[in-house]
Order: sequence, then structure tokens, then C-alpha cells
Amino acid sequence: MMTIRTTCLCILLIAMATSIALAQGSGISSGYPTPRNGFSASEQVGHGIYLRYCVLCHGVYGDGNGDTAQFIDPKPRDFTIATFKCRSTPTGTLPLDTDLINTLVRGVETTNMPSWRPLSDENRHDLIAYIKTFSERWKTEKSGEPIKIPAEPPVDIASIRRGHDLFQKVECWKCHGQQGHGDGPSASTLTDSKDQPIRPYNFAAAGNDARFKCGVTNEDLYRIFMTGLDGTPMPSFADVIQPNDAWDLVHYLRTLQVNRRGEENRVLKAAGGPAALKSAGDKQSANHPPAAPGEIKSPGGAN
Amino acid sequence: MPSRFCVRGKQPRPIHILAALLMLLLILSSTPGYAIPAFARKYGLPCSACHEAWPKLNSFGQNFKDQGYQLNNDRDSPIWMNPSYWPVAMRITPHWHYESLGRQLVDSGDGQVEQTVKTSGFDLTGIDILTAGTLAKNVSFLLVPSIDAGSGTIGFESANVRLDNIKGSPWLNFKFGKYELDTPLTEKRIMTLSNNGGFYQLWHYAPSGDINDFTVGENQLGVEMMGHSLDDHTRYAASLISSTNGNLGLPGGRSYDGYLHLSQAFMAGKLGLQRVGVYGVTGLRPTYFLTQDGVPIPGTGRGNKSFYRLGAYGNLYIGKFDLTGVYQHASDNVFLANATPANGELPEGAQGATWNIGTFEGHYVYSPKHFILGRYELVRNSRQPLSSLPSDFGNVDVFTAGYRFYPFINSRAGFAWHIEFSTLNMVKTADSGADQRSNSFFTGFDFAF
Repeated sequence: MMTIRTTCLCILLIAMATSIALAQGSGISSGYPTPRNGFSASEQVGHGIYLRYCVLCHGVYGDGNGDTAQFIDPKPRDFTIATFKCRSTPTGTLPLDTDLINTLVRGVETTNMPSWRPLSDENRHDLIAYIKTFSERWKTEKSGEPIKIPAEPPVDIASIRRGHDLFQKVECWKCHGQQGHGDGPSASTLTDSKDQPIRPYNFAAAGNDARFKCGVTNEDLYRIFMTGLDGTPMPSFADVIQPNDAWDLVHYLRTLQVNRRGEENRVLKAAGGPAALKSAGDKQSANHPPAAPGEIKSPGGAN
Repeated sequence: MPSRFCVRGKQPRPIHILAALLMLLLILSSTPGYAIPAFARKYGLPCSACHEAWPKLNSFGQNFKDQGYQLNNDRDSPIWMNPSYWPVAMRITPHWHYESLGRQLVDSGDGQVEQTVKTSGFDLTGIDILTAGTLAKNVSFLLVPSIDAGSGTIGFESANVRLDNIKGSPWLNFKFGKYELDTPLTEKRIMTLSNNGGFYQLWHYAPSGDINDFTVGENQLGVEMMGHSLDDHTRYAASLISSTNGNLGLPGGRSYDGYLHLSQAFMAGKLGLQRVGVYGVTGLRPTYFLTQDGVPIPGTGRGNKSFYRLGAYGNLYIGKFDLTGVYQHASDNVFLANATPANGELPEGAQGATWNIGTFEGHYVYSPKHFILGRYELVRNSRQPLSSLPSDFGNVDVFTAGYRFYPFINSRAGFAWHIEFSTLNMVKTADSGADQRSNSFFTGFDFAF
């Protein structure tokens, strides 16, 4: 007759053996749909990682309709249309793998997408490989060529003034507002490519560690408005702004981040502050001078 | 002065066994661990994002914790939360368990005899009430009220505030209050729940009769300075803690304990993240108190004597399999080890106690839904408190195996079926001088919401 101890041991062993056997038959990540045939080893691994980390927001089918998507604003990316905000490639083209990996590492500011820096490089590559299986575009199109970014010229008041003029000329203020608060006259009407309301980026709300959706550096900011954020109302200005002029806009936009201690704000302050920009003769500027440091009207939401 | 152990040959006094049992009871009555669905709800992430299998953290979860329960984006501040959000989670495990304790002394017609005591029944673990999150960006907190399942007494297992990323640097964080020491194997996220396997010998073992109450496993009162690289590969944690072993009130010995933990991780290709580290803790404990009418006066501890614990470990990942090996050397001053006041006379043959502990814990995470665990712990006394004791007296071997099945994974709640067996052998601790073996079998439903 078996003792209770022996019985317990038997139960434990049988339970473990049964569970392992069941698990073996349920695909790479048991309990979830088994990966479709034809997946590469990397895609198979990526599938498991996707189910662990991503599926709840981006959904089993990668369409951005995961269980928690209804609670998230902005909505998770729909991988089935292969449209990505953060790219080094021209608008309308597919991003490089490194663009997607950079997004994973960095996260996407002002959204629920966190930084996945703790994942290993291998895991990130596998994950990207799997994400690319959601859209046929990856099979029929090649990634675009990265845009060329000229070396950044020194920051001076002349550059900031030219950037200010450019800001008026290409009507950035219509969405971002004259003071960069994201409260321009068009702001409330903006929607993304899936008709979801979307808010323009609020430059003034950024602190000293200011981050954009697609990076933190001046080069990242340059890239953002020269490639555009596909899937959002933020267009590419590559056809409107000359490459070297784009640096002027970068320098001016940095002055809208009034709480940031940067070279641009230091140069502007030394030149007399926002009043120094009025000499550019822009009427819009005269009517709506850029905010002085500390004059933040509304904290919070930005896109 | 005769040896304390010579009263009944080489056996410990019943009071020591009682003390050991009380310590075991204390350990078992503590809440089992942290798994905080409130975080999953806040960020909309599944449990599996932060836990290899909850409550065990993965590298992403460890990074989240090290950043002060923050993802380091603009959603960290509570201002982003829906006003109805309340950062509270609860966890409890209704279960059935079987216990057998070998060679227990029981009364019989002919005096006392040794026999194995066996019992089984349905039971509950202590409840976790976990409140944690951010008070503001880079100001985080953890509050864990604990309710003793037996007496209903309410205490605070954890209560701390942490200033995160001071000066914008992940290398400088301060935690203040009652908290778990930053250890290589955490009992607050232990994957085993049985009476034998639900705690680490590593953090609780002490030689029989030792009056040093310090245990690494108890949450401590103090301040921690902690830092880490952005990817968490390099970590350090240094703590200055009251010498109360986490109990409230002023320290008895008017001294502080110090703890330091350093670790470095590196990627090994497709194998995954490997980590090695060292840790150490040292402190003092009083051996007697000033008295008033013969009653010890709190806070007047005198005759402080020292102790230390030093350890090194490696955490090896091979894909879905991971193995952690920890070696620890421990030492208690001769007065502590022999429960003798520093102004008193030591028993004959008294010596400082030293012992070594090895812990090997392996996990196989087939998927976030299937988790298999095996653990082997061994305690080897290298110097007994009394030279007359057998060199292997009180040595311990524990083997634990378990499996957890998570039928679903979402951002609202966690649920797991848990099954575990653990067997423990203590050398020569029975009254007859034979080994004592105890077995635990545990199965139940572990849930958190």
C-alpha cells in the first residue's frame, strides 16, 4: 500500500509529465495559436517574444486590436499596414530594421509604448522578424534609402531667426501653435490614418530631458520633419525645406522647449530673448511671441 | 561551566527546537511574494512582460523595478492615470498540503519516544495586500500591510519611499523605510510555497542555539542607495539598516548593519543574459541588556558582538533554462553562537560558529504559461558553536521540485495552478542523534488581482 508521501510524489510527477507533454504539443508558445508554417527560426522565436510582451496591445494578428487597445491612447501600431512613424527613410517607404529596433530600444514618447532596452539584441531582431510577417509589404517592397543629414551648423541667433521664419512659412504653428504648445488652430481636428484623434507635439511641456516620439537629439528632430511621421498628420518637409535650412528650423524648435537648458535657449537669451526674433519682421511672431522661460500655459498631452 | 549541549549529550535543548520551529512558523506566516497586477493595469502590459512567470521577474521587470516602478516614459506619473485607478493588488493561495516531520519527540506511556508526525489538510497562505507605484515622476513607493493568518495581527511587511533617478541618473536612487534587501535570490518572488521549500536556507539558517536574530530574508528598516546602468547590466545596492532585523522600535544594540551587493551581467549570444555578483552583510548584535528589577530595558543592549555573511553567485541562462548558483559563507561571534553575555563566561569548548550554504535553483520556462522549478540547498557547518558537537551536526539538505501552470495571461489578474514537493533533512538533530527528515507536498490555486 502506498504511503501518502509516495502518493504525493506520484501526483507531482504525473502532473509535471502531463503538463510538459501537453505543452510540447501546443506550439512554440503553448496556449496561443501555433505559428503558421513557413516561419523561419528567427520568426518562430520572435513569435514567442511577441506573445510574451506585445500581444496584449498589438493583438494576435498584429492589427493593433489587442485586449488593452481600447484603453490606450494613442492606439497601438497596426503592423498589418506596415506604416511606421519613426524611420530614417523617406515618407511612404518601409523603414530599415535598425529603425524598428531603435524604436524598441527607445520606446515611443507620449504613448504607452515603453522602452524595451532590457531585451537582448537577438530578441529584438527576432521580434522584428516576426512583426514583418504581419504585412505582405515586407515581401513585395524594399526598405527605403536613409535620408542624408548634413552636418549641423553652429547654433547662432541668425540660424534661430531663419528657423523662426521657416516655422511661419511652412505653417508649423497651425498644429503646434505659435508657442509650441500643440494648440494651433488645426490641433483639435487632427486624426491619424485610422481616424483616431491625435494631438500635436507640445514642445513647451518638455523638460530638460526633452524627448520626441522618435528620438532626443537635434539629428532626431531633423529626421522627424524631413521624413515625416507616417500614419499621422505630421508630413515630410523634405520637398519644401532645403537640407541646410532644416537645421535652422531645428534650432528654432529647440527654443520652444523653454524648460530645456540647451545651447539654442542660451543663444536666444544672450541675444535678448524672444524679442530678438521680432526683428525678423514676422507679423505672426509680433502678435504671438514665443513663450518666455517658465510661461507654460498647459502641461500634459502632446503627440 | 558545562556545555549547554552536554546536558543531554550532544543534542540541542528542546528550547532550541522550539525556537527553530517558531522561526519556521514566522517565515511561513509571512506573505509569499510580490506580483503586482496593479502595474499591469496601469501600463496595459501583460504579467508576462515583467515576469518570466509571476512572481519571478524577467530582465524587463527587474529594470522596471530598478527604475522605481517606472517605464521611464511620460506615463509614469500618476497624473496620467484615470482618477478611479487605485494601485492595489492582492494575492493569496488556497491550497491543500501534506506535511511529515520525522523523529519528533512525543509523550508515551514509557516517557518520550521519537516518531514521525504526519498531517494534511486544506489551508490558506498569508494574504498579500500590495500597494505600489509612483507618487510623482521619480518618486515611487511600496506599502505592503501584512495580516497574520493565525492571529489576524496587522503589520507592515514593506513601507518605503524611493527617490529615483536623482539628477537624472539611474546610478543614484535612494530608498527609505522598510524594504527587502537587494538579494540575488528574492524570497518576495519565490516560486515555491510549501513549508519546506517556501523560504531559502540561504537567508534564514542559523546554528542551533545562536541568538543572532539577523536574517537576510527579512525585510529591513533603513536606507538603500542603489544604482544601475540603463540596461541594468551593472547594478549596485548598499544599505544601512537598523539592527532590529526589520522589527519596529529602536535598535537593541545601538548599532547599524551594512549590506552591499554588486553584480554585472553580460549577453552571451543566443544563450541570453548571464549575471555574476557578490554580496555581503555585516553587523553587531547585543549579548545582554541593562535591566530594571531584573527585566531587560529596551534599547539598552550591551556587549555587541559581530557577525557577517559573504556570498557570490552566478545566474546562467541557456535559452528557456536558467540556473542560479549561490555560495555563502557565514560567521557569528562565539558569544552570539553560544547565547552567552559578553560579560559572562563562555562554556567549555565554545567557539565562533561558521557555516557555508550552497543553493542551486534551476527553472525551465517553456512558455509564460508553463514553469518548472528544481532547487537543491545544502548547509554545511564548518565550525560548530561547541567543539564537542559532531562536525556535521545541524547540516541541512533540501530538495524542492515544482510546477506552475498559468491558464491565461492578461493585464488584469494572474492565476496559476501550483504543485510542489519539498524534502528536508537535518543531520543528527533528533533526540536519539539520528537525522530528522521532513516532507512537504503542496498544491493549490495561486491568484492575484
